[in-house]
Amino acid sequence: MKNFKEILKVKCIGIAGCGGLGSNCAASLARVGIGKLIIADFDVIVESNLNRQYFFYDQIGQKKSYALRDNLSRINPAVVVEAHDIKLRPSDILNIFKDCDVIVEAFDLAEMKQMIIETVLSDMPEKPIVSGVGLAGWGDSNSIHVKQVGNLFICGDALKEVSDEMPPLAPRVCIVANMEANVVMEILLDKNN
Amino acid sequence: MHSERGEGTMKIILNNNPDELSFTEMTVQELLTVKKFSFRMLIIKINDKLVKRDDYDTSVIHDGDKVDVIHLISGG
Repeated sequence: MKNFKEILKVKCIGIAGCGGLGSNCAASLARVGIGKLIIADFDVIVESNLNRQYFFYDQIGQKKSYALRDNLSRINPAVVVEAHDIKLRPSDILNIFKDCDVIVEAFDLAEMKQMIIETVLSDMPEKPIVSGVGLAGWGDSNSIHVKQVGNLFICGDALKEVSDEMPPLAPRVCIVANMEANVVMEILLDKNN
Repeated sequence: MHSERGEGTMKIILNNNPDELSFTEMTVQELLTVKKFSFRMLIIKINDKLVKRDDYDTSVIHDGDKVDVIHLISGG
């Protein structure tokens, strides 16, 4: 049996969104030595992002995709990072993520989550997609779980939507982001066993 | 698209639980109404095949089908 590091080293993961879910999930996948990460986001870092996203104060104003590429390279320079400054549409998803072994949905809005899941399930049905749903607020760690339906893996509490009273904050967002990374590893390593 | 609403019932598996409905078949949209699924953003699969959002009114659920309704909420 191959060492798990050798397996991960030749894998490619697509991450759609570089916010709370995407930046933290990518950081974990870089630390375990995934060979290539393809990341995409159109947004710019603002101060309020720093309560949960894997960026630093001196990166405010930078593009999230490029700033995350810099941070991932500082964590693990062996990881190849392909960064796209783009607001993903269905055609972009099919194009940018076509060679990925697994796609991580790391968007903020439910509309965007639905768009990418529908696109992957209908046009790339053999490709696993891992999504984050329900991560607002604090506490209640035991409600966070993984649900699998075919090639779709949903991580989160599937319940708590963000609002002014229930903001997304580092502890719970990072649990879900790392749960997504953990499911990715499970998929990659199961396939090869 | 019409749906036959004759006498009888049908049994489906809804989100991994057996369920009995008082129709012989129904559209996805009818199921959402009957089951009072109120979340706006959903992923729906019939027998593991995706039903696109635009097809909720025309996709028909039959006796014995396995139906998954997954709701999506904002946050990331």
